[in-house]
Amino acid sequence: MDGFVLQFVEGLKTTVLLALISGALGMVVGLLAAAAKLSRFAPLRVVVGAYTTIVRGVPELLIILLIYFGGTVAISSFFGRYVEINAFSAGVLALTIVFGAYTAEIFRGAVLSISRGQIEAARSLGLHPWQTWLLIILPLMMRIALPALGNQWFSLIKETSLISIVGLTDIMRVAAVGAGSMRAPLTFYLAASALYLFLTSLALVVFNLLERHFAVRGH
Amino acid sequence: MRAAMASSLPESQIAPAAGGVQARGIEKRLGNIEVLRGVNLDVAAGEILAILGSSGSGKSTFLRCVNLLTLPDQGDIWVHGEHLRLRPVSEDDSAPRILDHDQVRRVRASIGMVFQSFNLWPHMTALENVSAGPVLVNRLTRKAAAELGRRYLAKVGLSDKAGSYPRHLSGGQQQRVAIARALAMEPKLLLFDEPTSALDPELVGEVLRVMTALAGEGRTMMIVTHEVAFAREVSSRAAFMHQGRIEEEGSSREFFSNPASPGLRRFLAAHDERHS
Repeated sequence: MDGFVLQFVEGLKTTVLLALISGALGMVVGLLAAAAKLSRFAPLRVVVGAYTTIVRGVPELLIILLIYFGGTVAISSFFGRYVEINAFSAGVLALTIVFGAYTAEIFRGAVLSISRGQIEAARSLGLHPWQTWLLIILPLMMRIALPALGNQWFSLIKETSLISIVGLTDIMRVAAVGAGSMRAPLTFYLAASALYLFLTSLALVVFNLLERHFAVRGH
Repeated sequence: MRAAMASSLPESQIAPAAGGVQARGIEKRLGNIEVLRGVNLDVAAGEILAILGSSGSGKSTFLRCVNLLTLPDQGDIWVHGEHLRLRPVSEDDSAPRILDHDQVRRVRASIGMVFQSFNLWPHMTALENVSAGPVLVNRLTRKAAAELGRRYLAKVGLSDKAGSYPRHLSGGQQQRVAIARALAMEPKLLLFDEPTSALDPELVGEVLRVMTALAGEGRTMMIVTHEVAFAREVSSRAAFMHQGRIEEEGSSREFFSNPASPGLRRFLAAHDERHS
């Protein structure tokens, strides 16, 4: 059992790393996709619209399998020999694509809810569009987006467990292996549940702090 | 400068005067409505122009064309003698375009605009609202911009509100901060788009007092307003818009005491009735 404690620690590290990297990248993708959806350039809107619609309409598990196996096939045929992509990279890629699609919708809605006048005030002073985005739109949007963004992060933390299907040794994988080899499924799955709950609670605390930070000050 | 323009532009596009604002043949269609149908209007440097008209006459849309928050479909605009480079609306590409974004940003920075709905940024204090433009656009140091910001907050009588967030200010105070924000850019021209229309009646006076003080400093101002008495008091010239055209314009003295067009006569009479 002691061996499994260490394995759970390793699994926890993998899960946290996977969630943080794909969450951070996914938010960047989401912001860019939201900006694209709001752009005046119609072809861009169509392409990005297709991305978010398709990704949100397909089960995450399928996207992970498509990227892991599809990616292996694609890279192997490119190099002319069998190359297996690593489960962690496939996981990051898959979750980034999924997270980007969902957060794009959240960010787009949040930008649309900012009063047009506050953006016009920035333009009327001669601010550059990137200054307007960074200093006016982003902070105002974040306040509106945070609750929905928090929910999306909880989903992301839980969805990392799907990557265990392609062999990544995360919390879920450690629990499944332990449950089988020690013939104690209840113990191992409860332990895994506790770890996921710990992570989502941590995320909840972080988001509460962020919401307080971005709230209109001086209440 | 004038010579260069004269040689490169057709006769119709030569600015009639070097300072202020000149607008020629401004047309704008929003959806199916022709909001502006060929507006010609001049504002000389140092002049205070009041633009009156009923709702939907196009006066706000016209004002927004001056700093290009609204792009005119047709027509030419000169600001401080500089011709704004725009591509008019065309068959193959339905939207008018800005051709020189650097020019537009530079011109906008030299024009202060005060909006009907204040449009302060809610995540910034009054002082941050006022000093953001000087830091970001005019490249002042934070310290210099804060100093400048405090000076203009004092000018609108809000020294004690520098650290307040907009939602803790009354509408009148918010609008005075918005005026300070426009002034802190040290603009050559001030645009007011119905600055008191969103205010409770008891808060209108404080904003009009600030604007009257500005008018006394020899600033160039264009004021779209429903406050006829105020317009009569501060403006040097006035224009009356009706259905997307300037129906009458002239010196304020003539305009208010001896209106020529039936439309303006009706408008002023209706106003007198409401306020008698």
